[in-house]
Amino acid sequence: MKPSEQTLEDILNLAAVHFKVPREKLTPDEDFFKTLGIDSLQALDLLTRLEHHFRIELPDYELQGVSDFRTLADRIQTRL
Amino acid sequence: MLNLDQYSSLGAALRDALDRWPNEICLIEADRDREKTRLTYSDLKDVALPLARALEDAELNSGDRAAIIMTNQSKWLISAYAVFYRGGVLVPLDYKLTAAEQLELLVHSKAKFLIVEYHLWRAITQSPEFKNHKLKKVLVTEAPLRADLAGAYRWEEFRRKGDPGFVPRDREDTACIVYSSGTGGRPKGCVLTHENYLEQCKALTAWYPFWPGVRYLSILPTNHAIDFMVGFIGPFVCGACVVHLRTLRPEFVRDAFVRYKITYVSLVPMILKNLERGLRAKFDELPAGRRFLLHRMIGLNKSLTRKQPKVAMSRKLLAKVHQGFGGELRAMFTGGAFVEPSTLQFFYDLGIPVANGYGLTEGFPLTLNDLKPFRPDTVGKPLPGVELRILSPDADGIGEVSVRSKTVMSHYLDDPSLTAQTIVDGWLVTGDLGRFDGDGHLQLFGRKKNMIVTEGGKNIYPEDIENVFEGLPVKEYCIFAANYLWPTKTVGREMLVLLLRLEQNREFTDALKEEIATRNRRLPDFKRVGGYLVSSKDFPRTASMKIKRTVLAEEVRENLGRAAVVEL
Repeated sequence: MKPSEQTLEDILNLAAVHFKVPREKLTPDEDFFKTLGIDSLQALDLLTRLEHHFRIELPDYELQGVSDFRTLADRIQTRL
Repeated sequence: MLNLDQYSSLGAALRDALDRWPNEICLIEADRDREKTRLTYSDLKDVALPLARALEDAELNSGDRAAIIMTNQSKWLISAYAVFYRGGVLVPLDYKLTAAEQLELLVHSKAKFLIVEYHLWRAITQSPEFKNHKLKKVLVTEAPLRADLAGAYRWEEFRRKGDPGFVPRDREDTACIVYSSGTGGRPKGCVLTHENYLEQCKALTAWYPFWPGVRYLSILPTNHAIDFMVGFIGPFVCGACVVHLRTLRPEFVRDAFVRYKITYVSLVPMILKNLERGLRAKFDELPAGRRFLLHRMIGLNKSLTRKQPKVAMSRKLLAKVHQGFGGELRAMFTGGAFVEPSTLQFFYDLGIPVANGYGLTEGFPLTLNDLKPFRPDTVGKPLPGVELRILSPDADGIGEVSVRSKTVMSHYLDDPSLTAQTIVDGWLVTGDLGRFDGDGHLQLFGRKKNMIVTEGGKNIYPEDIENVFEGLPVKEYCIFAANYLWPTKTVGREMLVLLLRLEQNREFTDALKEEIATRNRRLPDFKRVGGYLVSSKDFPRTASMKIKRTVLAEEVRENLGRAAVVEL
């Protein structure tokens, strides 16, 4: 598995735990606001969990315009 | 507080404020739990004047336009003060717009100067539209050491020694150009004068005063009318302090209330709901006995504050809850979008009044809850100096809200026909439907205009997002606000719908649905279309082939119900 794919997989697993949904409900390219029924603040909450996991710091603006896990993984990958 | 009647411009009032309270804390900025900046009014003067002098040397003169695209931070306010000091006109742009949209508004506003955060500047320079800009000088904040700034200057180094010349402005001169909608071919640049802002400030502080020692937590974007007034002008002319957070993560926002003992905050409904959700979850986790006691105390507080808030008493009755907000919170402001009355009541019952209000970029604030008594079901009463009337009321007293006040904008930039449609005989027609109740409170009942306001307080106009669907394999399409097509006489639950006319003999396919969904995802989440519906008729068009939206909306109303909308 490529490092970016591992990052994506980790994010999907963490999101499933964070939002208490079955992992199989989440896909890399779907709009997570719609799938999870969350607002942008709830999405920001997830960032904190991701920061702890990847041991990085993500400014809020990294989430701006992001609504699918693949793009989020790309943004995180550049900071690893 | 300064006597604002004595001043002819924001620059003059702010200049006096800096001299009046030299030792009071003026600005605090924190990134998460790390405090980055703490300035007194005297410190702010020391930082802002060398910037103003550098702007003077760069020939920023009276009436020159300077745009700011930044998240909430101290450099936003320092830069704005320097621009006002030099008699400039401020163009505060939304940092959440796309780079292409920001460039379009920079061109439309004819801004010569731009002050921008590095990550936003990087996106702007990478946009294909970058070549169109006419900026004379760009200042970039927080740029990494070896970053390519594409000809821009570092904000932190852009300063000169020597006293800058203060440029006086008159009350009727333009202070700011603020965009109430994004782009889409017809940007609405509201031209607000120094008088507009000085009068707005007087009206607001008449009901909700600031004083030295007050700490305002600035969360809403400062380019937004609410934060510009409540998180900048209002506190400054009263010697109060503005606290900026570089993150909106709920956990750090909660910490900031406690760490900085916040007095006031403005929130959009989405953040209020988030706070409510968090508190309710905490209450539910309490052991049964403590939970019972808490609800008894909430009930007691509710009955004792029925006529008016008693903040000191509530802080004693519900000490733990108030300590969670720092123990000094007096009120939270909200407005610009629909808030569930139950959310407002929830906080009021805890002894934390939420002053719900109503305003527009064109004129803010128009109404506000005066808490005498608290009402969760209205947007409050007209502020001092604001005249409101209901145009052509129906049998229920509901009609279009119009306003006349010194707080209302002068005109739309370079758009006399839109100005003439909007300001009629000195009255600004808001496009919102409302009625007054017997106690003089305004209640809102949806919109007459084709737009939505999101829970995050964003105005979304269908015309601004239609280009995303350009090239869709259909004969024609048009976007409407659902509540405009089918007025409900309610507010909230707003959505945009995509009206489609298919090519002859074509069926609506799964592939088309997928194409619509893919394009929809290119839009920021708050701008997305919520559903679609298919028209059986060609769209009515003008001689120049523009869609006659009003006629089309009428046809949809006659032929299709809201139930025809298929959710995306």
